[in-house]
Amino acid sequence: MIPILFFFFAAVAIASGIMMIVHRNPIYCALFLILTLFAVAGLYVLLNAPFIAAVHIIVYAGAIMVLFLFVIMLLDLKSETSRQRPGGLPRILSIIMSGVLLAELVLFLRSGTANLPLVEGDLIIGSTKEIGNLLFTEYLFPFEITSVLLLSSIIGSVILARLKLK
Amino acid sequence: MRELITTLANGQTFLANLPEVVLNIIFISLGAVVLTTVCAVLALVGVYMERKVSAHIQDRVGPMYVGGFHGWLQTAADALKLLLKEDIVPALADKKLHFFAPILVFGATLATFAVLPFGRHYVMSDMNIGILYILAISSLVVIGTILAGWASNNKWSLLGAMRSAAQVVSFEIPASLAILVIIMAVGSMNLGEIVNVQVGGIHKWLIWKFFPFNLLAFIIYFIATLAETNRAPFDLPEAESEIVAGFHTEYSGFKWAAFFLAEYANMFMVGVVGATLFLGGWSSPFGDFMNSGPFQIFWIFAKAFGLIFVQIWIRWTLPRVRVDQLMYTSWKVLTPFAFVAIIGVGFYMIL
Repeated sequence: MIPILFFFFAAVAIASGIMMIVHRNPIYCALFLILTLFAVAGLYVLLNAPFIAAVHIIVYAGAIMVLFLFVIMLLDLKSETSRQRPGGLPRILSIIMSGVLLAELVLFLRSGTANLPLVEGDLIIGSTKEIGNLLFTEYLFPFEITSVLLLSSIIGSVILARLKLK
Repeated sequence: MRELITTLANGQTFLANLPEVVLNIIFISLGAVVLTTVCAVLALVGVYMERKVSAHIQDRVGPMYVGGFHGWLQTAADALKLLLKEDIVPALADKKLHFFAPILVFGATLATFAVLPFGRHYVMSDMNIGILYILAISSLVVIGTILAGWASNNKWSLLGAMRSAAQVVSFEIPASLAILVIIMAVGSMNLGEIVNVQVGGIHKWLIWKFFPFNLLAFIIYFIATLAETNRAPFDLPEAESEIVAGFHTEYSGFKWAAFFLAEYANMFMVGVVGATLFLGGWSSPFGDFMNSGPFQIFWIFAKAFGLIFVQIWIRWTLPRVRVDQLMYTSWKVLTPFAFVAIIGVGFYMIL
């Protein structure tokens, strides 16, 4: 059962990821991105990490993608605008970035990490309790730093909104 | 669901001989069919209740003829009429998304029913993160609403969708914080366990625990979910005096019925979750009295419909709020009070 579901979710994730890139209409792109996020959440569930899957959906599909759709609709992006290909510096940068990602992927596949044997039995790494323990002991410092970062971004956005009013 | 399967398949040897995968598929499909039917019937009951309660609040009698006794068949007749109506799609609408939006709204609402505990054994999937799953899946409803508004290619629809998105995203925060209070008090996100600590009578309900903070959390949860289900006084996304019918202006026939069903199914879901978290779920309020088997279904339905009654009562009593009042309620009233409740419960737990 699990291998079938794995290949199903993986295929959906890859297919909708490709569709997100090639589709002309920005709304459809956002929707395919949501579908990709869902398929990845399904993979998390298969890895016995339902907490991460649920948080993944709440944060990305529920909050961030709603804002994406909101902005796309507010700006009323037509499908023609996305047809223009970026030139100059953005193009070079994007080629470099995808090259780096591709190199990482190839290196990962060659390193043998991908060929490790399957873990038998119940995984507890993804359980809510385990994540909480790790967050508040081993990774406490990065966790607190992230909250400071979020706080500063909230204050920054409030200040920007206030400045426009004047 | 394991218990449900064993309860149902008790003594049926021909079922026990089937491979596990086939059994799973059979029971998941059966469960989906049962829940869809329950959901549709509940929506019909909810609509009938709304019409009757609103009528009596306004000193009318409501539907009285269809079906004989107090017009009990009225909503079924309405549903039949909606199924037979012409499905109109605007010429400039995005046809695919116009078709897909009601499916997403109704499907997401229905998917939350999978974890609702209707009794000790009457739950489709008793997952460990049940309450988080409900929060995750129900956040998809708003995507469907936005799509409906955008795909209709109509100004009113788009305005309604925008309002809905802003409203639901804002009110999700106090609702989640109120739920967090319960998660703290119980120490589990499993809905079954949350009910289990409340079994034994009305005095063990979580709403009385850590007084007054859980009571505060319940009030916050109730108001926030009222807004999340787009119910009055927070029904700005479909305010008929300003933006026609909001995001479903361009919908007709069965697609419109899907939105309507989803609204009432959502109300019921919110009622069941509220009853499960704060009001003892399926457990009887009188200790062991009437606390076994089918009575559990009776209690959860009674509590959920009690909450739905209050929702309807509020809708026909209060006028609609303005957009700025809506945002004020969410960000400057409910969210700070939710934090107060969380900190208060934290103090109780440490002391």
